[in-house]
Amino acid sequence: MIAYIIRRTLYAIPILIGINLITFALFFLVNTPDDMARMQLGQKRVTPEAMQKWKAERGYDKPLLWNDAAQGAAKASNTIFFEKSVRLFAFDFGRAEDNRDIANEIRTRMWPSLALAIPVFLVGLALNITFALGMAFFRATYLDLWGVVLCVAMMSISSLFYIIGGQYLISKLWHLVPISGYAGGLDAAKFVVLPVLVGVVSGIGAGSRWYRTLFLEEMGKDYVRTARAKGLAEPVVMFRHVLQNALIPVLTGVVVVIPLLFMGSLIAESFFGIPGLGSYTIDAIQAQDFAVVRAMVFIGSVLYIVGLLLTDVSYTLVDPRVRLN
Amino acid sequence: MRPILVLALLAAGCADVWNDPYPAADRGTSVLYTAFLERPKHLDPVQSYTEDEARFTQQVYEPPLQYHYLKRPYELVPLTALEVPKPVEVEGGKFTVYTIRIQPGIRYQPHPAFVAENHALPRARVDDLRSPYDLPLGTRELTADDYIYEIKRLASPRLHSPIFGLMAEYIVGLQDFAERLKKFDTRKGDWLDLRKHRLEGVEKVDEHTYRIRVKGRYPQFAYWLAMPFFAPVPWEAERFFQQPGMAERNFTLDWWPVGTGAYMLTENDPNARMQLVRNPNFRGEAYPSEGEPGDAQEGLLADAGKAMPFVDRVVVTREKESIPYWNKFLQGYFDSSAIPSDTFDQAVRVSVDGDVGLTDEMQNKGIRLRTSVDTTILYLGVNWLDGVVGGSSERTRKLRQAIAIAIDWEEFISIFLNGRGLVSQDPLAPGIFGQRLGKDGVNPVTHEWKDGAARRRPIEEARKLLAEAGYPDGRDAKGGQPLVLYLDTVGRGPGDKPRFDWWRRQFAKLSIQLEIRDTDWNRFQEKIRKGSQQLYILGWNADYPDPENFLFLLHGAQSRMKSQGENTSNYVNAEFDALFERMKNMPNSAARQKIIDRMVDIVRRDAPWIGGFHPVSYGLAHAWMGNGKPNNMARNNIKYLRVDIDKRAALRRESNRPVLWPAALLVVCLIAGAVPAFLAYRRRERMAAR
Repeated sequence: MIAYIIRRTLYAIPILIGINLITFALFFLVNTPDDMARMQLGQKRVTPEAMQKWKAERGYDKPLLWNDAAQGAAKASNTIFFEKSVRLFAFDFGRAEDNRDIANEIRTRMWPSLALAIPVFLVGLALNITFALGMAFFRATYLDLWGVVLCVAMMSISSLFYIIGGQYLISKLWHLVPISGYAGGLDAAKFVVLPVLVGVVSGIGAGSRWYRTLFLEEMGKDYVRTARAKGLAEPVVMFRHVLQNALIPVLTGVVVVIPLLFMGSLIAESFFGIPGLGSYTIDAIQAQDFAVVRAMVFIGSVLYIVGLLLTDVSYTLVDPRVRLN
Repeated sequence: MRPILVLALLAAGCADVWNDPYPAADRGTSVLYTAFLERPKHLDPVQSYTEDEARFTQQVYEPPLQYHYLKRPYELVPLTALEVPKPVEVEGGKFTVYTIRIQPGIRYQPHPAFVAENHALPRARVDDLRSPYDLPLGTRELTADDYIYEIKRLASPRLHSPIFGLMAEYIVGLQDFAERLKKFDTRKGDWLDLRKHRLEGVEKVDEHTYRIRVKGRYPQFAYWLAMPFFAPVPWEAERFFQQPGMAERNFTLDWWPVGTGAYMLTENDPNARMQLVRNPNFRGEAYPSEGEPGDAQEGLLADAGKAMPFVDRVVVTREKESIPYWNKFLQGYFDSSAIPSDTFDQAVRVSVDGDVGLTDEMQNKGIRLRTSVDTTILYLGVNWLDGVVGGSSERTRKLRQAIAIAIDWEEFISIFLNGRGLVSQDPLAPGIFGQRLGKDGVNPVTHEWKDGAARRRPIEEARKLLAEAGYPDGRDAKGGQPLVLYLDTVGRGPGDKPRFDWWRRQFAKLSIQLEIRDTDWNRFQEKIRKGSQQLYILGWNADYPDPENFLFLLHGAQSRMKSQGENTSNYVNAEFDALFERMKNMPNSAARQKIIDRMVDIVRRDAPWIGGFHPVSYGLAHAWMGNGKPNNMARNNIKYLRVDIDKRAALRRESNRPVLWPAALLVVCLIAGAVPAFLAYRRRERMAAR
């Protein structure tokens, strides 16, 4: 297994270089270094000299991908792409265009993102599985039918509607929790109640329907029929046999998401005023802060690769028949 | 739902309101609550230039001068200076000298930079810091050297001052100083001690007096002395923040201001919350005792002569979305607010006569409305270098005049701004010297004075001018081709369609086809820089209340394409330029007014800007707020404000009582929903096998 992990890690390097190259190309297709300088220096009294100075200080006065003026290897290395990318692989993210340290920002903002994402993930998972088991348990009844209708209806509604509706009802009309904001420590609880509730409710439709399908597929298998034939009660069949075996696809689908919880939620964090990494990414895109965008895409890619690797490893843990060779 | 309810109960504790976003410890304390939508980028006074930043920097930093809080037109008054310096011309007017005398005894806020031991901190100590204020704090007296140090910082090769280019033209020796520093600054990691380098045009007279030598005459220089660019910066602050490890913790002068103002920034998280706390060393500036007529009736002089500030703490929360921002204001968790465009109808009622008032909902909450015309102009500009609409020929002039009549800005303001704007009659903003009001202020090209008001000229006059320009019925008189014009603008998404349709309709009145080239801000700027636009929409927000700050936008030497200046229309008119050169250095007087009148006439006739408008700001404040008055020139207003905390607490309690029946109803529904499931389960369990 260790050899497999090492091999997968090495595979990740060209993938990350490719992702970095695509991010770079997409960003500079839309923004030029002049645009970035203008955005950072403001809209009034920006002189060409000031823009040139800004670019030179940050290394944006070099060619993007290929430096014809340089000699030898410097043709490739004395470029914006090389100089900005190579440090990423050492996880040296440098400074944002507003001169704030990116690594420090990530360390700080990671916790609010996790404070929101982990409860949504855990509560959502538990609730979705419970609801899906219930629908599967009452399969082919009106309860199942209306459960599926409810799921389809819920997954058809935009997440933005849940956010605005949740804020309107729970905070504006009923005054139960703050409408937005965040505080550190235990004080975070009153601020994350509403976004967690919204996050869980908005995910019930798609999650429950997917898990119901997995459970129904499992319930049609021979070993379930055998268990019933042996006279086991339906709850025992469901919880001891169906749930355990259906957890294999559930687990593999879930593990890949775990590392990405760090990245936060782009929309929810903005609406609920949670200063997490999702909000950080959105701000950076709006401010044309290439340093932050690049760092966040890189971290997202690394976490996704880690998630896929963990998924592979988790296969071996939940299904002894699987071997990683 | 139950656990959520329990969590909410735990979070709320025994409080009478559950949705209060602030800690319980805040209750009963003198705190002002407000919000910021846009994150500040720089809080270093040498770099900071936007309003989002000024609302923080201007509470902390104190330049020598400030604007009178209540008087209009805007008037400069001393802040840390003993008096407004009088410019003295020397060497036959070759130079002007400003001698600034600072009040003795002003002390800086408590800050670790003023403790010598804090200048050599071990790296581990720096890494452990959560805030610079964790360290021992000290202070010292403000001196003239601190002002000189800041002026030198304008030229620092490590900083980007947006006004360096402008100031280098005026402050003697600043350009040379910058070049010398650039050569000297080779060791990037070390602190660049500007005290060791002499700046020719700025000299220290004594501990509390310094002198600035300016090339020629530049009366507007006094206005710059009221901006944070000229606020004092103690060298110790730069030295302190230069230590290894500080920048990695985001402890920089760019994020942690050090000043003598009424407040000090003690909490700095631009992602979530900023907190200003009363500076215990503040000298206690007196609230103004004079104002405009009507200020006394509005209670704005009730605190006359009392020592400021009146509020102990200011909590500024980041709100990125307008919906939660607005709702928090209505719930009483922000003390004042602008009116987001999508909630305008909820807040403001406009009668058929155009009278503006608050809706019943707002009035019932005791909310007050304050309006003010911004010292801003938004205009439809013409690229003077364009072959079709630009240039000084009679043909293009008549074409521009025809368009200027056809574009109904009054309708634009009514439809798209809910009436929040004033149609501009000239390039000057209201309240600026030189702008004439009433009948004398009407632009005769586009309007006429009728029944005591300016009325837009009839469209027939525009059609006649268009025909005289060689485009009868919108077609070229020679070739017969339809006249097609191009408008460059910055789009904001699908919501722009009604606006674009409106623009097309305005030109269609003259049978001119308008093509709108919708682009992003960067591409738009690029077009302006290259001079490839034909018509475009842009704006200008005044730096200071002087006509020079508006009329320079049309000065030929400022052409964007030729010299990267602020004249984005690339307009050139020899007479206008000559008059501008005379007018810019004159004091406000009848002679200056006469020159401005002539310049305005030229611009109206040439029409390089085809009309525009001045936005009107609508601000709301709760009943517990006192002393609020809009000020377009300065943002150091917090020290003047007063909050009635008892009234606020009572109104918050009244309007935020938790409503619990829906939660109970939900629990009942969940239980009721579980009953059929349970019954179905029981039925299935008892059913015989099939």
